Amino acid sequence: MNKIKLPVQALSVAVLGLLFLSPSSWAQEKGLFFYGLQMEELEYRRGDEKENLFNWNGDAFVGTDEIKLRWLGEAEYDRGASKFESLENRLVLQMPISTFFDAKGGVRLDTPKGTDRWYGVLGITGLAPQWFEVDADLFFSEAGEASARLDVEYELLITNRLILTPSADINVAFSDDTEIGIKAGLTSVEAGLRLSYDLIDRAVSPYLGLVYERKLGNTADLADGEGEDIEGWRAVIGTRIVF
Amino acid sequence: MKHLYLREKARCAFAMAILLSSPLAAEAGVYDLTVDNVTIDIDGIQKNGIGYNGASPGPVLRFQEGENVTINVTNNLDEATSIHWHGLILPFQQDGVPTISFDGIKPGETFTYRFPIVQSGTYWFHSHSGFQEPDGAYGAIVIEPNKREPFRFDRDYVVQLTDNHPHRGSRIMRNLKMMPDYYNRQQQTLGEFFDDAAKKGFGATIDDRMAWGNMRMMPADIEDLQGFTPLMNGRSATQNWTGLFKPGERVRLRFINSSAMTYFDIRIPGLKITVVNADGNNVQPVRVDEFRIAVAETYDVIVQPEEDKAYTIFAASMGRSAFGRGTLAPREGMAAAVPVLENRPLLTMADMGMAHGDMAGMDHSNMKGMDHSNMKGMDHSNMSSGAKPDPFYAPGSGLAPKTTDNGRKFLSYTDLKAQKPLYKHRKATREIELRLTGNMERYIWSINGKKYQDDEEIRLKLGERVRFKFVNETMMSHPMHLHGMWTILDTGAGKWNPIKHTVSVAPGTTVYTETEVDAPGQWAFHCHLSYHAASGMFRRIVVEGPETAQLEVKE
Repeated sequence: MNKIKLPVQALSVAVLGLLFLSPSSWAQEKGLFFYGLQMEELEYRRGDEKENLFNWNGDAFVGTDEIKLRWLGEAEYDRGASKFESLENRLVLQMPISTFFDAKGGVRLDTPKGTDRWYGVLGITGLAPQWFEVDADLFFSEAGEASARLDVEYELLITNRLILTPSADINVAFSDDTEIGIKAGLTSVEAGLRLSYDLIDRAVSPYLGLVYERKLGNTADLADGEGEDIEGWRAVIGTRIVF
Repeated sequence: MKHLYLREKARCAFAMAILLSSPLAAEAGVYDLTVDNVTIDIDGIQKNGIGYNGASPGPVLRFQEGENVTINVTNNLDEATSIHWHGLILPFQQDGVPTISFDGIKPGETFTYRFPIVQSGTYWFHSHSGFQEPDGAYGAIVIEPNKREPFRFDRDYVVQLTDNHPHRGSRIMRNLKMMPDYYNRQQQTLGEFFDDAAKKGFGATIDDRMAWGNMRMMPADIEDLQGFTPLMNGRSATQNWTGLFKPGERVRLRFINSSAMTYFDIRIPGLKITVVNADGNNVQPVRVDEFRIAVAETYDVIVQPEEDKAYTIFAASMGRSAFGRGTLAPREGMAAAVPVLENRPLLTMADMGMAHGDMAGMDHSNMKGMDHSNMKGMDHSNMSSGAKPDPFYAPGSGLAPKTTDNGRKFLSYTDLKAQKPLYKHRKATREIELRLTGNMERYIWSINGKKYQDDEEIRLKLGERVRFKFVNETMMSHPMHLHGMWTILDTGAGKWNPIKHTVSVAPGTTVYTETEVDAPGQWAFHCHLSYHAASGMFRRIVVEGPETAQLEVKE
């Protein structure tokens, strides 16, 4: 499985390399293309059972109005146990399908401690009415199992720089994948509330927050049976980074 | 300025005289411009930018009507550049738009522009390459007329405005594409929600936020680009550009808005402003207290300060995120009170084209005296007592200019009447509808729903008079600029309709212009907001005529 990580790393390097090409300009000069990096979460998490966790969730893209290549990554690293609780990288192509939504398709590779998994990804991303940022994905794993995730985020402007961001993501599995601790049904939920301040433009926005994680249904029972925590509160401190 | 000089003034007079149609002209000025990386000093902070002859803004180029100019432009940058002579009527190969008029000027290269000056008035020049213009590559042009002007003045100043931003243009474009509200720091907040709830009721406030949220549009989206420093002749409000006068003198101020993105509302407290020229063409003098200058427009005004004191030239950005300021004073070092920036305006449903779905296609000339009493739910705050609403804004628009006091006069396009029509008034031979369209969330701006790259050129025939119908379907104002030919703005004044090069089309409105197609070749036509033009609100216009038969049409 470790050999498979190489192409993903190579692709990541390629994406980063493209970042150094500069965008063009006046329309008359054609070929406008852009790049960007957003780390929505880059944070230290302190658990209610004194866990020391490091967490990130972000994406980078390069492309045009019509098509973008996007890397999305999220991970939770347990410093106490020196292991990745989760480590996920996605590489997708993204294209507009409506005024406010894009379709995306690509691959996802999970390489946490334990078993690795490849997935095919199909999803949509965009802005729903009332300013909800929505990501919905379907995953088809190499083990033949299907699962889905819904990610919703809202920004509440307390002032134009002080922003309260509630977010939630819900995971559901359509069949069992016991090897990675997944049972059919709702598997887990994570809800967050972060208060950020735009310190440098929107480029650097430090924040404080609270996160609640919980495994659900049979997945929770399975974890419980193995003596794992099925829920936890975390206080988080970190910064959003936009480049 | 040190590199700019006039030479060989009469040396090629003989050769030029042959070329010239005007019997008066025998002058031939040679001008040298270098395009340089420069430092721009704003309140002590040094910023890298692009300028001409070592400075931004570049020099004021002073031409004489009838002169044949030769302008040597040397590119000292490490990227290609170009200079477009904004508003000048000239052969299309001299118009300075890369890929449309010529190939651009490569690094290290000197390009020589040669064209006759066939007009007079106030214009400007700027780079049409990359984001060099927002980065500082602009300057002013003043053309002295051959005939006596129909107004008197004792002093003459250029007042050139810009919206200098700490970020380079390419970065701004990228940030807007990534996050269209990246620079918008005037969004509605929770605090404002509670204020509104206290004033208008909780339910009404919820309804209002839901209505906007449903469209995924923001009423506070007036200035996409905030965080800029307005500059007047390269000077910030604190650096206070000053023009001197002797009490009682008539001072001509040539306002040029060279901003990338920002409209300004201008007033000089204590002085009446007489507008005498718009976009280089004389208008019948009109006395106002305030006027709005769209991006790329010019207005020449005359003021007559009588007292031995300083007067503030106050230029508030249309979204009220910043102001520029200068001073007219009898002596250096004087200053007058600087007004406080008013609260920011908000767009209304009228600006979204929602309140009046039937507005599109309406003729503005019959809008006068319209009954506005049935516009329920509209914000009337901008209709100050008795003032006639400006038909160039959607009825109930949040953008319609408000004078600072009742009884004051704000300039409207309807006040502009040509001093001397350039063309015989005649019926247009055909109409072309151009819907101004866009997608704010993706920061894509387009015409008829298509970006420049995705649509064909607009083909016009030499000798026709075409009528453009602009239907603004977006919630932003777009200053539409046609290169190479005049734009006659239909204000309903018939033969007295003003002649312009840039016409602002406010949200939710339809505006008609006419153009006598008298210049063969291919021309650029675009929204002059830099990041709108760059993201697609741009077209190539091809004028088919005898001279274009052998024209190599470039992509």
